[in-house]
Amino acid sequence: MNKKYSNIRAMLAIAKASLRSIVRNPSSVVFSLVFPLIFIVVFGFIGGGRSSFDIAVTKNSDRNNPVYQSLSQVSSFRITDSEDDNSTIQNLEKGHFDAVLDIKKNPEGTFPAFSVEVKTNKSTPEKSNLCKLILAQVIDRVNSKGQKPEMQVVEIKETDVQGRLFKTIDFILPGQLGFSILSAGVFGTAFVFILLRDTLVIKRFFATPIKRKYIILGEALSRLIFSISGSIIIILIGHFFFGFTLVNGVVTVLNMLAVSVLGLLVFLGFGFMVSNIAKSVNAVPPIANLITLPQFLLAGTFFSIDNFPGWLQPISRALPLTYLNDALRKIAFDGATIFTLPKEMLILVGWGVVVYFFAIKFFKWE
Amino acid sequence: MISDKKIIEVKGLVKDYGELRAVDEISFEVYEGEIFGLLGPNGAGKTTTLEIMETLREHSSGEVLIDGLSVDSHKDEVKKIIGVQLQQSGFYPNLNLVELIHLFCGLYNIQASAHEILRKVGLEEKANTIYNKLSGGQKQRFAVATTIINSPRVIFLDEPTTGLDPQARRNLWDLIEDIRKNGTTVMMTTHYMDEAEKLCDRVGIIDLGKIIAIDSPNNLIDKLLKGGFKRSEQVKHASLEDVFLSLTGKELRDE
Repeated sequence: MNKKYSNIRAMLAIAKASLRSIVRNPSSVVFSLVFPLIFIVVFGFIGGGRSSFDIAVTKNSDRNNPVYQSLSQVSSFRITDSEDDNSTIQNLEKGHFDAVLDIKKNPEGTFPAFSVEVKTNKSTPEKSNLCKLILAQVIDRVNSKGQKPEMQVVEIKETDVQGRLFKTIDFILPGQLGFSILSAGVFGTAFVFILLRDTLVIKRFFATPIKRKYIILGEALSRLIFSISGSIIIILIGHFFFGFTLVNGVVTVLNMLAVSVLGLLVFLGFGFMVSNIAKSVNAVPPIANLITLPQFLLAGTFFSIDNFPGWLQPISRALPLTYLNDALRKIAFDGATIFTLPKEMLILVGWGVVVYFFAIKFFKWE
Repeated sequence: MISDKKIIEVKGLVKDYGELRAVDEISFEVYEGEIFGLLGPNGAGKTTTLEIMETLREHSSGEVLIDGLSVDSHKDEVKKIIGVQLQQSGFYPNLNLVELIHLFCGLYNIQASAHEILRKVGLEEKANTIYNKLSGGQKQRFAVATTIINSPRVIFLDEPTTGLDPQARRNLWDLIEDIRKNGTTVMMTTHYMDEAEKLCDRVGIIDLGKIIAIDSPNNLIDKLLKGGFKRSEQVKHASLEDVFLSLTGKELRDE
């Protein structure tokens, strides 16, 4: 009785109890571990890649010519005009581009009038070959408009660069990680808080000396431990069984976990908000789904946002999960760190500030 | 057993909910080692009064002292010396009884043997059972167990026997008596007059937010009889509950 009361000790007791409770609750394990792993297994085995090609055209390329114009008419080619050739080549190496084209206009009166240099990624030979084949067809068509063989308009020069292979798993796994964190944060928190409130568990805690904020901190801590452990399991299974790329090994994993913590904190805030809005446990699923489902579908969990129609993209670009997914992908594959991703970090923090403002303002203890 | 030391002092306690005055200038004292019952119809203000004493609810005016400590200025100190059982309270989901006791030990910052506490309330065999799988009587006994974890001076029990069968009720009475024997003061509410008569040293009857009578059950009955009260029917020397218990036995059933 004379010893000073430690809120930290009380908080750790809550965290321990809460963690036990989460692990024993089938739905939390299914949503944050089993579902993401199923998706990873399915997509991991399907493998394969996108059926379209991302083509970059160098900055100084001649664009006023039949080749460039025909290229933009090939439906499976997505043409990007390079603004910085060095980073474009890096992106080719990272697998973000399938080919980089340099189109040169030769001096007036010489044949061929244009030459096209193609750079492709060596580590994706099938895709590179397919890409070159389509390109050859395009150029053939342009050439056949010229009458004589010696009046060929275009010649092709090919080079390969050594690059990393961007596999389906490299896209899917970060998305599933993001989804796992989202559902743990929103569903796990909203359901449990309403339950604890309705069954007077929190009220009973109030009758003990613990300060209120430490109850919340204990609950948050248990979810943090659960989610981060889940993330580690997902990353390791992905890496060792499906070849998920971790560019800088342990450093990459640590950076992914750091972003995951930030993401989880934001989504916990959403969870608290839902528990304040919902009047009963039954009201949780519709409200929580309203928050999670659009993000699940639109935040680039399964498909790249770039494939979405133009009017949908701004919506996708407003969602916090988009930036968590993007950050995770850039860290895992491009070797970015939390310090080199100011945009993603700031947007997540911004969402956190907004969400916690409302969560605290409308917080209900009873 | 009952000392003349006042362990609870309630002085002019008022609680307003907007226009409604739920607790209207209540004053009473509870002595150390006493079992004190707060009786009254639903909505009379029993639970509100209890929750103010438990530091769970603010009050509008007046004063409540627990062992000399004000619930306003020494909230945290009061929480350390009281044990609380809430009406129809649940416990953290998916945890077994030992884990729940450990949780409360952490919340009170104390070290205690979970099995020792469970043994005191006769739940040792259920140590590894999830709380939600207990029977009604076992649940209530466990709720009482959580009130004694921190060896409190006073425990508050809000309708501890509501919904229990006669055997389980009697079993809980024995438990409450045991806790009092160890020197803990018990403050409880109940709807059952036989329970108050059997268990409580003194009762306060509360209606519309005011205490309208306060004394030992025996004295209250005597006062009523002196006023010329007569039951319309001749009282038999046994009740239907006596019949029930003699037929089914006093042995506790594990539903």
